[in-house]
Amino acid sequence: MGAEKLVRIEKVSMKYYSPEGEISALQDISLNIAEGEFVSIVGPSGCGKTTLLNILAGLIKPSAGAVYIQEQLVSGPTSLVGYMPQDDQLFEWRTIWHNVLLGLEVQKKVNKETKAVAEEMLRTYGLYEFKDAYPSQLSGGMRQRAALIRTLAINPEILLLDEAFSALDYQTRLLVADEVKEIITSENKTAVLVTHDIAEAISMSDRVVVLSKRPGTIKNIHEIKLTCEINTPLGRREAVEFHEYFNRIWKELDVHAEK
Amino acid sequence: MLKNDLSTQAVSKEHLAYLQTRKKYRYRVTAAQIILLVGFIALWEAAAGLRWIDPFIMSQPSRIVQTLHSLYAAGDLFTHVSITVAETVAGFTLGTLFGTFIAVALWWSDYLAEVLDPYLVVLNSLPKVALGPVMIVWLGQGMRAIIAMALLVSVIVTILSVYSGFSQVDKNKITLLKTFGANKRQILQKVILPASIPTIISALKINVGLSWVGVIVGEFLVSRAGLGYLIVYGGQVFRLDLVMASVIILCAAAAIMYQAVVIFEKRFVKWK
Repeated sequence: MGAEKLVRIEKVSMKYYSPEGEISALQDISLNIAEGEFVSIVGPSGCGKTTLLNILAGLIKPSAGAVYIQEQLVSGPTSLVGYMPQDDQLFEWRTIWHNVLLGLEVQKKVNKETKAVAEEMLRTYGLYEFKDAYPSQLSGGMRQRAALIRTLAINPEILLLDEAFSALDYQTRLLVADEVKEIITSENKTAVLVTHDIAEAISMSDRVVVLSKRPGTIKNIHEIKLTCEINTPLGRREAVEFHEYFNRIWKELDVHAEK
Repeated sequence: MLKNDLSTQAVSKEHLAYLQTRKKYRYRVTAAQIILLVGFIALWEAAAGLRWIDPFIMSQPSRIVQTLHSLYAAGDLFTHVSITVAETVAGFTLGTLFGTFIAVALWWSDYLAEVLDPYLVVLNSLPKVALGPVMIVWLGQGMRAIIAMALLVSVIVTILSVYSGFSQVDKNKITLLKTFGANKRQILQKVILPASIPTIISALKINVGLSWVGVIVGEFLVSRAGLGYLIVYGGQVFRLDLVMASVIILCAAAAIMYQAVVIFEKRFVKWK
C-alpha cells in the first residue's frame, strides 16, 4: 500500500445557520487518508458524517479548515472525486450505457478512449449484455454495479460512498458490499464509506473512524486487523477479532435509547 | 438475468385459464360500453319518434345525422372544424410552451418563485374566461383573441404543475450531478427536464381539455366561425340539431387530440 497521503483533512469545522440559531455540525476534524486505503466513517445519526463527505466532494465549503486532495485545495467538485449516492440513483429514462456515460457527458469527456474504458468495465463486471436495458429491468445488485461503473468511468482517485448500500435488503447488501469492495480493490482506488452499519464498516475497511455526537469530532480511529482466510467483506465477518471490534465501536458510539 | 422475463416461460393450464378469465372480463367491459352508447342513441331516437320528448327542443339522432350531412354537403363542416381545431392546437401548444418556459424560470431562481407565488395563486383561482372581453378589445374580434383565451386558460395550470414536478425531482440525483461538476444548465438539461417528462405529459393531458374550453368560450364571444360559433348560432336560432351536431364533433375532436397526447407519451416514456 502506498503510504502517500492522498487526502488531507485539516481542522475542518462546519456550522449551519437557521432562524432558530447556529448548529455546529463538525468540529476540528483532522484526518489523513493514504492512497489505496479504505476508510469508513461511523457515528450516531446527525453527527455530520454526510456533511463531512459533502465537504470532501467539494459540494459545500467548510466554515473553517480545509481539505486537500493530492495536495490541491478542494474548492469545488473535481474529477479526482467520485461520489456514490444513497440508492444507486440511476436515471430511469437512460439505458445502462447512457447512465454509465453520465459523468463523462457532464465533464465533456466522452471520446473514444473514455468510451472504450467504460465498455471494458461493463464487460469485466458482467453488465455488457445489459447495456441497452433500462435500470428498471435490472436487479438491485446489478444496478449498484452499474452505478459504481458510472462513478469509475470519470476515473476518480478517491471514491466517496454515502450509505451507498442502505437501500438494499440485507442479503443483497452483503453481496453488493463484497462486489463493490472487490471492484474498488481491483481498480486500485481509495475509498471513504459513510455508514451507520458498524459490521459493514469493519468488514470493508482498513480503518474505521468513529465520530461523536453533534458537534461531530473524531472520537477514535480503529486500525482493523483481522485474521481470516478469505479477505473479502463476507470472509472478514468470520474473523475472530470481528466481534471484539464490533463491541468496542458499539460502546464508543454510545447509543442509548434516548427519548 | 433480467427481471420480468416471463414471456419465455411455458404457459401452464392454470395460467391459461387465468388469461382467459381476464380476456372475458375485458370483452364484457367493451360490450357494456357499446351497449350503453347504442342503447342511449336508440332510446333517444325512439323517444323523439314517439313524441315522448319534443325533438325540436331535444333534437334527435337521425336529425343530427341529417344536419351533419347537410353541413358536409354545403362544404361548411370542414371549415368550421378546422378553424376550431387549429385554434385549439395553437392555444394548447403555446400554453404548454409558455407554461414550461416560465416554470423553468421559477426553478432557476428561487427568489423569483417566491416573489411570484402569491400572484400565481390568485391568477390560478381567477376564472380566466372573465378576461375574454379584455382579450377581444386588445387583440380584436378574431382568431388571435380566441387563441389568447385558450393560452390564458391553460398556461397558469401548466406553470404550477410543471414547477411542482421540477421541485419533486430527487435531490440525490441533483447532488450526484453536482459531484460531477455539473452547472445549473446541465442539471436542468440532464435531470430536471427528463425526470419531469411524465409530469409535463400529465399537464398536457389537462391542457387538452382546458384549451378546448378556452377556444369554445372565445368563439362564443367572437362568433364568426368554428364549432363554438355553430353552437351559439344554433342556440340563438333554435336549431338544436345544429347545436347537438357541433357538440358531437367537439367530442370526437377532443378525444382524438387526447389520444394524440397518449401516443406521444408512449413514444417518449419508453422506460416506464
